[in-house]
Amino acid sequence: MPSVLPESWLKVTERGLYCEPGDFYVDPHRPVGRAVVTHGHADHARPGNRAVLATPETLAIMRRRYGAEAGGTLEPLRYGERREIGGVRLSFLPAGHVLGSAQAVLEWQGCRIIVSGDYKRRTDPTCAGFEVMACDVYVTEATFGLPVFRHPPDEGEIAMLLTAQWQFPERAVLVGAYSLGKAQRVIALLRQAGYDRPLYIHGALQGLCDLYSELGVELGELRPATGAGKAELAGEIVLAPPSALNDRWSRRLPDPLTAMASGWMRVRARAKQRGAELPLILSDHADWDELVQTLEDVAAPEVWVTHGNEEALVHYAGAKGIRARALALIGRGEEEQEAATAEEAAP
Amino acid sequence: MKAFAELLDRLSYTAGRNAKLTLMADYFRAAPDPDRGYALAALTGRLDFATAKPAMIRGLVEQRVDPVLFGWSYDYVGDMAETVALIWPERPGANRPPELAEVVERLASASRSDSPGLVEGWLDALDATGRWAFLKLITGGLRVGVSARLAKTALAQLGDVTLEEIEEVWHGVKPPFAEVFAWLEGEGPMPRIDLRRAFRPLMLANPLDEAELAKLDPADYRAEWKWDGIRVQLAAGGGEARLFSRSGDEITQAFPDLMEAAQFDAVLDGELLVMRDGTVAPFNDLQQRLNRKRVTAKMLQDFPAHLRVYDILFHGEEDLREQGFDERRVRLEAWHAAEAPARIDLSPLLNFARWEELQALRDSARERSIEGLMLKRGDSAYVAGRPKGPWFKWKRDALTLDTVLMYAQRGHGKRSSLYSDYTFGTWRDGADGAPELVPVGKAYSGFTDEELLRLDKWVRANTTERFGPVRAVKPGLVLEVAFDAVHRSKRHKSGVAMRFPRIHRIRWDKPIEDADRLPTLEKLIEE
Repeated sequence: MPSVLPESWLKVTERGLYCEPGDFYVDPHRPVGRAVVTHGHADHARPGNRAVLATPETLAIMRRRYGAEAGGTLEPLRYGERREIGGVRLSFLPAGHVLGSAQAVLEWQGCRIIVSGDYKRRTDPTCAGFEVMACDVYVTEATFGLPVFRHPPDEGEIAMLLTAQWQFPERAVLVGAYSLGKAQRVIALLRQAGYDRPLYIHGALQGLCDLYSELGVELGELRPATGAGKAELAGEIVLAPPSALNDRWSRRLPDPLTAMASGWMRVRARAKQRGAELPLILSDHADWDELVQTLEDVAAPEVWVTHGNEEALVHYAGAKGIRARALALIGRGEEEQEAATAEEAAP
Repeated sequence: MKAFAELLDRLSYTAGRNAKLTLMADYFRAAPDPDRGYALAALTGRLDFATAKPAMIRGLVEQRVDPVLFGWSYDYVGDMAETVALIWPERPGANRPPELAEVVERLASASRSDSPGLVEGWLDALDATGRWAFLKLITGGLRVGVSARLAKTALAQLGDVTLEEIEEVWHGVKPPFAEVFAWLEGEGPMPRIDLRRAFRPLMLANPLDEAELAKLDPADYRAEWKWDGIRVQLAAGGGEARLFSRSGDEITQAFPDLMEAAQFDAVLDGELLVMRDGTVAPFNDLQQRLNRKRVTAKMLQDFPAHLRVYDILFHGEEDLREQGFDERRVRLEAWHAAEAPARIDLSPLLNFARWEELQALRDSARERSIEGLMLKRGDSAYVAGRPKGPWFKWKRDALTLDTVLMYAQRGHGKRSSLYSDYTFGTWRDGADGAPELVPVGKAYSGFTDEELLRLDKWVRANTTERFGPVRAVKPGLVLEVAFDAVHRSKRHKSGVAMRFPRIHRIRWDKPIEDADRLPTLEKLIEE
């Protein structure tokens, strides 16, 4: 048992998770004095904080998205480096979610709490892989916290995408992918599969694709889809944010075959709701098996579940003898819509 | 099983007809025998084994999965087979995944007590999509939006033959259809089948362009009423009879009353109707008898089936299809006089010498059981398909009504970015006496591409609420709707349902207050 009670120094508040002795918030959803940000998605990284502490990649993403609004002072902390804030020792571990994503490791008076942010366990060519560290309390996401969510291997999903591209040479295959992380991962997976034709992208994806390239993630030749004619786009793969799939924007494409890359595509009703003709189960979140594996790996006697289907994971952990509770955090899990809207608002 | 599962998965998400054909034809090309034959049988509803009960599958999963987690998962997913497919705990390398043929053949011969063990072993061996397809297959009913006819169309593409040729052999061949694939791939002859009681593809008519009428000689044509029933083929012989819909689907079982009357040896082309006391009942009554596997004695009594014949294709063994219409008509009348079967009468020929007389007949026909006229060349052979020229349908003018656009829904495929399905309503007196709109129908055709773009723009600009793919709009646009008939319906809020509604004109000019009222529509109901 740690010497102090974890909930005595890391608390749920209206603004988010608050570390009292360090006087900072982790992923606050309203502006605060000092924010520790796990990754660049809009439901975790919000603009307008006075001081932001995050990995250099996350800070670069926030600068690209928010410009001067990214924060008053931006303080980089690399994976594995340590910072003392009011007696609390802070470090970042790779979370494997998107470029720069980190688990925040907080230590105070012999008690270690890890806040996962969002994470996944499988290999992703666009970011550093998840690292395991033992702890007293693990604060985990549970976006896909039901045992029906088990993401199949990426290669199979990419193979389906390539089959469709080959099978319908007169149509454009339009892939809906969130602009931060998912789009770049789909591109990198296609390149890994040996696809070397140019890929066409919606304007809203340009900024972050450029940033990924600047930060050393190889994406191959990307062309703007917006200026290209219908004939040029026949038989090609086009990427766009999900909100553009059924929008007027997509009318410029030749008879588009709509694909959607998301973990939600595992459930048919969700995929149909999205109007996907080719659902691709590609997620940047841990699936059920990865969540369960992670609880086992970190071997924490206590688990806090932040967002998603908390109750099922709490139930499971309880059955395994782990003390588990759901944290009611406001403003989480809206990443998909919000990330997309934030991008499109930009010119 | 993997390739078949992927095919079903893709089909279930694909709305476009051509895309579905491509998916099926590519599968038939790549998959081996006998798998592809069983896949074809599954898609056309011709598999034959005792289907598994959902309770049995639920029992299997509850031995493997925490019931609390299963319950929450089922609540979330909403479909039992899909929940089981997704939640089934994988055992990598447990078994070799089965081939489709193995599943079909073993289930067909398995006893009731053997099947849970078989099913469990296969669930262990398959991946999530495989389990989903497998469960759909064994519980019956794939429901992936493919009709038997569409599957046969894909098959025809495989061999570069016509759909009619496929339909000609269809009822004489059995799963897994090895000789059909051999024929289509040029490695064998067209299968030889016993043609008695087999379906012969129908001869179809083209809509008449009235402007063309003057160029046609009335003496060359015969005229009949066009009845408002469904087109069927009755093939009887050797003490057995079969009834087929116009697409070749067998519907014998739903019409025991008519089949009992078919004690002769002939293949007939006619209109299936419900007839009471010598009067044709509304189409709505016939619908009570369609799409049923079994019929009750009460239905037989309330909605008696009747066949009104207009052509004869075979008499005994003799194929009459090469002969002209007039010769066949003589044979038909002689056959009918000799047999005098119950429940079967002849569609009369109409007398006319000039087109004007026929036009007058068409315009004066007010019975709702008549949809218009058929014109057939006296010398026309019975040719499968829709040849240009010999046969025309000349429909009565459609009914029309001015309605107000209420909701719009996004279309599918090419129209997925466009609001192209329109729900429209008419005025009636609300509870407080003020006029209110009540929806009376839905239409998604009858406009040009340019009009569609303008409608889409209007919908986006006038949206008041959104429900998923549907938008409610501010009342403000009058749609003149055309439809073939209207009848009472308990399922609709307005109490009426239109038959084949389509947009006739978009009345950008017309104020919504001038749109029609519900009583106007009710007066058109056929009783």
